[in-house]
Amino acid sequence: MNVWIALLATGLGCYGLKLAGLVVPQRVLDDPRIRRFSELVPVALLTALVVVQTLASGRTLELDAPRLAGLAAAVIALLLRAPFLVVLLVAAALTAGLRLLGV
Amino acid sequence: MDSTTRPAVRDGLGVGFAVGLSGVAFGAAAVAAGLSVAQACALSLAAFSGASQFALVGVVAGGGNLIAGALGAVLLGGRNTLYGLRLAEALGVRGWRRALTAHVVIDETTAVATAQDGRRATRAGFWATAISIFIVWNVMTLLGALGASRLGNPDTYGLDVVGPAAFLALLWPRLRSGAAERRVAVLAALVAIATTPLLPPGIPVMLAAVAALAGVSRHRPRDAAGPEPEPVLTGGPGEERS
Repeated sequence: MNVWIALLATGLGCYGLKLAGLVVPQRVLDDPRIRRFSELVPVALLTALVVVQTLASGRTLELDAPRLAGLAAAVIALLLRAPFLVVLLVAAALTAGLRLLGV
Repeated sequence: MDSTTRPAVRDGLGVGFAVGLSGVAFGAAAVAAGLSVAQACALSLAAFSGASQFALVGVVAGGGNLIAGALGAVLLGGRNTLYGLRLAEALGVRGWRRALTAHVVIDETTAVATAQDGRRATRAGFWATAISIFIVWNVMTLLGALGASRLGNPDTYGLDVVGPAAFLALLWPRLRSGAAERRVAVLAALVAIATTPLLPPGIPVMLAAVAALAGVSRHRPRDAAGPEPEPVLTGGPGEERS
C-alpha cells in the first residue's frame, strides 16, 4: 500500500471516529448511568495520559528524573493554587533546568 | 469575551500553544521515518491526533505493514468518540458546523472544555483550544519536517512535561471535589501502568476507560421521582470516605 493511501485512510478513520461521538443520538445519555459514565470517561482517559506520558517510553516504564520533578512541581503549584499557565511554566522550567544541569 | 469566558479562553490558548509546540517533534519524527515534508503536513492536517500520527509514523519507520499501521492508528482515535459523546450536548452543533467541529474533538480540547462550568465557558474553552492548537500543531509540524528540530530537541525545553502538567491541572478541580472522580483516576492510572509493558502504545490509555465504570457502579441511579432525599452535607454512606 502506498504511503499516501495509508495517510489518507488514517485521516479519514480518525475523523470518522471523532464524528461518531458527536452524532450518537443524545437519547443514550437519558440513562443516568450512561450519562455518569460519559462524564467520567475524560477523567479516566486524561489521568491515564498523564501517567503514560510521564512514566512510559513505548512499552517500557522509565523514571525520567527531570520530567518527574517537573510534574511534582506542577502538583505543588496546583496545591498552592497557582494559575494554570504558571503551573505549565513551572513544570517546563524545572524540567528544562534540570536537563541543562545534566540531571 | 466577558468575565465568564475569559478564564476559559486563557486556559485554552495556553494549552493550544504549549502542546501545539510539540508538533515540531512529530514533524521531525515523520521525516526521519521516511515521509516527505508534504506527507508529514498532510497527516497532521488530516488525522490531527498526536497519538495516531506517531503510531503510523512508527510503523512506517519500522517498515511495518501499512494496512495494519493505519488500522492501529485509527483505533487509537477511539477515545475521541467517547469525548464527542460527552461534549455533543454542551457544544450543540448541527449540520456542517458539526462536521467541522468533529475534526477538533481531541484530548486537549476535551480537557479544557470539561474543566469549565457552564455552557458558554465550555464552548469558549473548547474553541480557544481548538483553533490555537490546530494552527500551532500544523505550523510546528512543517517546521519540524523542514529541519527546525536541529535547533534542539523539544525535550531540552521541558516540552515533554507540558502535556501531562496541563491535563493534570485541568483535572485538578474535579479530583479535589469528587470522591468518585478520585476513585476513577486512581484506577485509570493503575490500569495504564499495569498494561503499558504488555500492550502496544496507546492501547493502555484506551483500556483505562473501563475505570470510569468504577464511578458508575457505586453511584446509585438518581430516580427523579424517588422519595429518598440525598443527604446534602454528609454525603451518602461510605461514598465520600472511600
